[in-house]
Amino acid sequence: MRGLSLVLVVLVAATAFGLWRRQTDGRMKSVGGGSKAERERGAVQFPVPVGDDDPEVDVVAASTAEHGGEQLTAAQLGAELGSEATLVQFSTAFCQPCRATRRILDEVAGMVAGTVHIEIDAEAHLDLVRRLDVRRTPTVLVLDSQGRISKRAVGLPRKADVIAALGQVIRS
Amino acid sequence: MTQPVDCDPRVEVDVRGPRFAAAITTVVLAVILLTLDSTLGATLLVIQTLVFALGAFLGLRYQPYGILFRTLVQPRLAPPSEFEDAAPPRFAALVGFIFTAVALVGLVTGMSVIAYVAVAMALGAAFLNAAFGFCLGCEMYLIGRRIFARPVAA
Repeated sequence: MRGLSLVLVVLVAATAFGLWRRQTDGRMKSVGGGSKAERERGAVQFPVPVGDDDPEVDVVAASTAEHGGEQLTAAQLGAELGSEATLVQFSTAFCQPCRATRRILDEVAGMVAGTVHIEIDAEAHLDLVRRLDVRRTPTVLVLDSQGRISKRAVGLPRKADVIAALGQVIRS
Repeated sequence: MTQPVDCDPRVEVDVRGPRFAAAITTVVLAVILLTLDSTLGATLLVIQTLVFALGAFLGLRYQPYGILFRTLVQPRLAPPSEFEDAAPPRFAALVGFIFTAVALVGLVTGMSVIAYVAVAMALGAAFLNAAFGFCLGCEMYLIGRRIFARPVAA
């Protein structure tokens, strides 16, 4: 009896988790302090970057934790930013979805003028990983022309979502 | 950089193999959980622990469920179209081995609660892998690296 209830609990919980993940994986979330116009008006504060100490603590507000508006430079990324937008992908070795993500982002960067795809080995850049609170790979950050983080997706993104995200970032 | 789990980092496998193995594992672990208070359950647990150990320490080609797949199932399917690195499934086998070994220790020392919980966790991970292709070990990997690697100056 104990065994049976455990089996059921585990399967139900695992199914719920699996379905939730399937829903949220790869979804492009807007991060950052609102639109450019709002920022220029001073209507939104730039969030303070979270320190790179305890990666488990997540008591800061959502936008700060997602490091919206935070600016990344070519020096930090080891490659030039795109003139219109940049797709930054954090990967680890032996990560199957990372490969698929790489293919998608390469294709999209090729299609959209002024967009580059930069892939970062998370293990070789643990400082960035901690600073940006990257917990899973692939994590994709969409940067605007100034290198500010505008959108973030965790897990394999859909090609259409990436194109739509770029559309929003380039237009604003 | 850490060393890849597999000796040859470029070893690739048909993605259906590990998923098949995960499905068998899920069924076996469920049966174990249902019969853990009997000799059948204990025997199956020993067997499953060995199965995990073979895959984790010797490599996927020695994993019995994988062998079953290659000899019985794969020839009946369309030729493989998608490949993945052998390392994540191998790491998953290692994680599975740890869970089941802990369960065995719990069983042998009479702390059956530990055995039930450990097998239940292994079942959850195997089911997530079989049904959703979710790799628990892969997910834990980066978080583990963040915690255990020495801090680097920004």
